Amino acid sequence: MQSTVSLWPLIGVAVIVVGFMLRFNPMLIVAVAAVVTGVAAGFPPGKILAAIGTGFVKTRNIPLILFLPLAVIGLLERHGLRERAQIWISTIKAATAGRLLIVYLLVRELTAAVGLTGLGGHPQMVRPLIAPMAEGAAENRYGKLPDAVRFKLRAYAASADNVGLFFGEDVFVAFGAIVLMVTLLKEAGVTVQPIHVALWAIPTAVCAFVIHAARLWLLDRALERELGGARRRPLAGGDVADGEAPAARAAETPVQHGHGDEA
Amino acid sequence: MIKIDLLFWLLGVVLLIVGGMILTDRDHPRRFLAGGFWILYAIVFLVGDRLPPEVVGVVAIVMALIAGFGGVTSGRPKALSAEARLASARRLRNRLFVPALTIPFITIIVTFGGGYLAFGGTPLFEPRNITLIGFGVGCVIALVLACVITRDSVGQSMRETRRLVDALSWAAVLPQMLGMLGLVFSDAGVGKAVAHLTTAYIDMDLRFVAVVVYCVGMALFTIIMGNGFAAFPVMAGGVGVPVLVGVFHANPAMMAAIGMFSGYCGTLMTPMAANFNIVPAALLELPDKNAVIRVQVPTALGILVCNIALMNWLGF
Repeated sequence: MQSTVSLWPLIGVAVIVVGFMLRFNPMLIVAVAAVVTGVAAGFPPGKILAAIGTGFVKTRNIPLILFLPLAVIGLLERHGLRERAQIWISTIKAATAGRLLIVYLLVRELTAAVGLTGLGGHPQMVRPLIAPMAEGAAENRYGKLPDAVRFKLRAYAASADNVGLFFGEDVFVAFGAIVLMVTLLKEAGVTVQPIHVALWAIPTAVCAFVIHAARLWLLDRALERELGGARRRPLAGGDVADGEAPAARAAETPVQHGHGDEA
Repeated sequence: MIKIDLLFWLLGVVLLIVGGMILTDRDHPRRFLAGGFWILYAIVFLVGDRLPPEVVGVVAIVMALIAGFGGVTSGRPKALSAEARLASARRLRNRLFVPALTIPFITIIVTFGGGYLAFGGTPLFEPRNITLIGFGVGCVIALVLACVITRDSVGQSMRETRRLVDALSWAAVLPQMLGMLGLVFSDAGVGKAVAHLTTAYIDMDLRFVAVVVYCVGMALFTIIMGNGFAAFPVMAGGVGVPVLVGVFHANPAMMAAIGMFSGYCGTLMTPMAANFNIVPAALLELPDKNAVIRVQVPTALGILVCNIALMNWLGF
């Protein structure tokens, strides 16, 4: 029985694991893994190239969702979309980075659960709106943010989109993954109803929201611990740093003085 | 009928323009390599399906080599000053949000309503790809709106596209390369080999052990393959159906749902899911390309534990 399964193609998996661990360029790792896998499976060189080419053409739909919004987003950014998002969030006094992202996580998960997966996304929502709002909300409370904090907030904004999307979409009964599962199980001789698969997704979907929301709440606490001191002495120690901040940092946080003009 | 091919050609033209801009930019440090990279990519979208697959294979490998040896560096972007952007933000106020929100709005309208639009029995939108087409239509309409609202030009929008493409660099192509690798893996029988390893060498007489093997196996296999869809057939066929349902009489709907979610825990933790983890890091200009994965790992592990517990208590 063992002779029917060839373990040689696993060398391709090993190339991926070792390549990422040694921090080679991912594009290079993937290309090498594809070639090595083909060689290990005993494909001749022409067939390896053809397999790579066919795969590359078949997957052309993947980058559409990233590239097509760039023209719109780029143009709006040139005209101050991110700055506007920060000004807008500064008008909501109760907003904190964590609370904002909890709301986004909830909306993302609920809309995905009713099939509206197109409402979020990294190029069209997170980069131009959600991440700047999270940074803006934190800036309103703590003033200038260190770069490490700024990057952490952006990473959390991306994570809220991912967690909301993944654990929401499987609750939607017409979602592709559910169709795939039902079809595969049918081939294996097990009949299940798509609606039952969707219902069994709900407990995990709730757990995912609770866990990630709790971590976002902890993020707020960590920000308060790390930066909360700075806010409470705006006149004492802060004014030296503040004096040079507007000129030096205008490029990063243009809305620092954007408080008043909306209220 | 509007087919997905139209979007491929549109993207091909945009990439050609971006590549041409980089090629003719004398300030760009590696203009020939970087420009050539995007022009090669444009060719894949413009005529990829008409070229012999071997030729596209060579194109993909040349692109990987250019990227791998540092050829796709970015130029010096000429963005407006922060003061100008802030002044513009104050002037245009909430009108700036309109084009950005148009994209999801049109996507949803076309997805749910586009099927009813037909002329002489031919649907206006290709039904198989209706969501992506709706997204593409939304982007085009949003661009028109953005030009009207900002009183700027399509030419400027291409210069902005170039700025963003330059910043994204090769990370923008990685998801497609990984999709290609997934297909090569399945051609070569990698899934079968992994299924053989997991099922042949682990003793699953205990129900709890079988549950852990299934859930953790889904996560690990997804970490390797980059998506849960590739992992599910392997783990459900190897462990889920024969052991959990066959021996321990698990509820098959629960086995499927929780199995796929365990796979998604893997997706949150792997650079192989580039469009969710690596591309956002590039889009958000994070110096650490694994920064998004780092903040997701605790959540993913927590959910995986919940999955194992849920399946163990509720599923039998």
